[in-house]
Amino acid sequence: MALLEVRDLEVGYGGIAAVRGIGFEVAQGELVALIGANGAGKTTTLKALAGMLVASGGSVHFDGKSITRTPSHQLIRQGVALVPEGRGVFTRLTVEENLAMGAYIRDDRAGVRTDLERMFGLFPRLKERRAQVAGTLSGGEQQMLAIGRALMSRPRLLLLDEPSMGLAPLMVQKIFEVIQGVSKEGVTILLVEQNARLALEVASRGYVMESGEISLADSSAALLASPQVRQAYLGE
Amino acid sequence: MDIFLQQLINGLTLGSVYAIVALGYTMVYGIIQLINFAHGEVVMVGAMVALSVISALTGAQIGLPPVVIVLAGIACAIPACMAIGYGMERIAYRPLRKAPRLAPLITAIGISIILQHVALLVFSRNPLSFPQIMPNPVFEIAGAHISAVQIAIIGGSVVVMAGLTFLVYRTRLGIAMRATSENVQVAGLMGVNIDRVISSTFVIGAALAAIAGVMIGTYYGIAHYTMGAMLGLKAFSAAVLGGIGNLAGAMLGGVLLGVVEAMGAGYIGEFTDLCQAPWIAGLMTERCADGGNFVLFGSNYQDVFAFLVLIAVLIFRPSGLLGERVSDRA
Ligand SMILES: Nc1ncnc2c1ncn2[C@@H]1O[C@H](COP(=O)(O)OP(=O)(O)OP(=O)(O)O)[C@@H](O)[C@H]1O
Ligand SMILES: [Mg+2]
Repeated sequence: MALLEVRDLEVGYGGIAAVRGIGFEVAQGELVALIGANGAGKTTTLKALAGMLVASGGSVHFDGKSITRTPSHQLIRQGVALVPEGRGVFTRLTVEENLAMGAYIRDDRAGVRTDLERMFGLFPRLKERRAQVAGTLSGGEQQMLAIGRALMSRPRLLLLDEPSMGLAPLMVQKIFEVIQGVSKEGVTILLVEQNARLALEVASRGYVMESGEISLADSSAALLASPQVRQAYLGE
Repeated sequence: MDIFLQQLINGLTLGSVYAIVALGYTMVYGIIQLINFAHGEVVMVGAMVALSVISALTGAQIGLPPVVIVLAGIACAIPACMAIGYGMERIAYRPLRKAPRLAPLITAIGISIILQHVALLVFSRNPLSFPQIMPNPVFEIAGAHISAVQIAIIGGSVVVMAGLTFLVYRTRLGIAMRATSENVQVAGLMGVNIDRVISSTFVIGAALAAIAGVMIGTYYGIAHYTMGAMLGLKAFSAAVLGGIGNLAGAMLGGVLLGVVEAMGAGYIGEFTDLCQAPWIAGLMTERCADGGNFVLFGSNYQDVFAFLVLIAVLIFRPSGLLGERVSDRA
């Protein structure tokens, strides 16, 4: 059984359906991409998985247990962490306080300290700016902080919503290296991206979302080769 | 006697109390963008409860030292107010969290009225006086007087403000509160139970209100069921002056407002004495003779200053002294 199982998920905003009965799964240790155009419903899907939106139909199972109606502050205790679209760092908190918020659910102080140093090793830029308020960081640094913060909870499933958004190519490359590193360590990842090529290059499988439905599902290699994907999402 | 120094001391005393009450307004606003207009009433309840306990213990004549009696009063007022703070959020505000902003605002006014009238029934319609159980020596510095009560109020408020600052900036709850005030949804993602943070904010604010109630009651020597209304409005003005939602702003705004008010009260009589204007004095020679005066506004106009300050802030600097521009907060 897959770590994350989504079946017939429906999510709407006040009666307007944004996600119309989608199903997909992510196995333990996998890195799976979810791609699609603007307004396809990717963010809505992730928000529903993370408990920020309540599904109007269908089910979500994590590690065999239903999390369909679990509120977000309990979900993270089960091991599901979301790096939200637009990063959502706490701009008035320091870098270190942001990371501490990531470890809010943890009681093992020693482990948290070790992980903090690990994050600083992963993102040396954050270490230099640890006492600075996060609002003064560049976009790329904020994205690093958002990812580091999510990792501080020691998630089993990491949901990433457009980590490349608005970043310079060099920074995007750095962020994707980190994502691959995290994946290699065994964290299961669901990666939402508009940058389809990049996402499919690091993921093993991918789903394509269109108007609230999943239109294609295949291995990354097959999707990268598919004329449909090439035309619509790779700009060829 | 030096009027300036004297009014500065009086202003700092009053301002310390305003600051502590203003913190309650600003903390709640920072978390849920609600002006809890019933907060002043919590101060009143704190004063009433403390006064009742102190009176009862004094009347019982069981030989408790006065300091213990006063501390017992505070120790009862704090949990009583915390319970009210918790209750009003739980019962009145939480169900309205997604309602239009006007609904909780009107509710706040309703809670004020309820609390006032419950206090009227439970305590008294008439002002109750704080029994003078401790000597209140007055010290003289540079021609001005400062009483032991004033020293205790100013010193106590410094301790309270330092404690709150520690809580907000150094503890897990405090960091969660600041995270929640910036982004409720993301704080939830981090595992913060938002309901609990909001409750804690009300409860902490109410504890501060209880302390302020004991301070103001001891300072003026009386407590009355309507005392919270004006005090609450002034503390709210202080919070707006400092920048609502900003803790340091509430402290600064409170102290400044107290000083402005005291200075105003100290000098308004002089400035509005028509006999000081020669051309008027010439018209009213009889009245102005031999140091006579014709004061337009006496120090009983003291309450006006808080609201003049509020109006001035709203016109010239709506975000307050330390507040961020509203567009930055979005
Ligand atoms: N808060 C909201 N209220 C109403 N409709 C919304 C809301 N958020 C999103 N929608 C609508 O839901 C649909 C899906 O939006 P969603 O944000 O999930 O798309 P997305 O795939 O993440 O797009 P993007 O790539 O631009 O981030 C869109 O039609 C959008 O207009
Ligand atoms: Mg999106």
